[in-house]
Amino acid sequence: MKADQTLDCVGLYCPMPIVKTAAKFKELKLGEVLEVVADDKGIKQDMPAWCETTGNECLGIEEEGEEIKVYVKKTRE
Amino acid sequence: MAEEKEKLTIVVFSGDLDRALAAFILATTGASMGMEVSMFFTFWGLNIIKKNEGGIKSKGLMRKMLNFMNRGGSKRLKLSKFNMFGLGTWMMKKLMKEVNYPSIDDFISMAHQMGVKLIACTTTCGIMGLNDDAFRSEVESLAGAAYFLGQAREARVALFI
Repeated sequence: MKADQTLDCVGLYCPMPIVKTAAKFKELKLGEVLEVVADDKGIKQDMPAWCETTGNECLGIEEEGEEIKVYVKKTRE
Repeated sequence: MAEEKEKLTIVVFSGDLDRALAAFILATTGASMGMEVSMFFTFWGLNIIKKNEGGIKSKGLMRKMLNFMNRGGSKRLKLSKFNMFGLGTWMMKKLMKEVNYPSIDDFISMAHQMGVKLIACTTTCGIMGLNDDAFRSEVESLAGAAYFLGQAREARVALFI
């Protein structure tokens, strides 16, 4: 999946991937897609929950071995 | 007009390292989720937000003794289980460092930067003889139970840790 920017969260545990995503989202423009790369499995549940609460869109989750890539679209200012 | 933010409020009663971590994990996550977060520190929870440096000034022998034995400060917190005279706590901190997990200090400054309000309970401060300068700069204010309940009754999530 294509993304405008990537956020490396490999080696970080909950809540850091979410905290960093929220901070990164402040820099993103409406409609842009962020790729979050993590290896904490919690992100597979956490990111959709974060999106639902904040009104952003979780486009999909891809797994490559240990790495989990989550694509999040900014759909709300 | 901006819509009103959901509120999360946490009473931090306990001064244990593990419980403090749980409280700050939820506080920073809540802030990340766009919630307005306040943490209300009382009793042993006050130890988490005490300054690490210097002594705690208080009046009267019993308060002096209490603040000597119960010095507090983020660097002096112990695990609620398996402290083993400090060995368990030391090991837990080492393990956290090994995986680059934030310390309580990191969490306090992170929470502060994210706009989490850190509030010390006036009553317990009064009983224990603590005033504003016993606490670190991130602590926003001292307030009472009514302030907490005022926040909590509007809050979607209210926790006691």
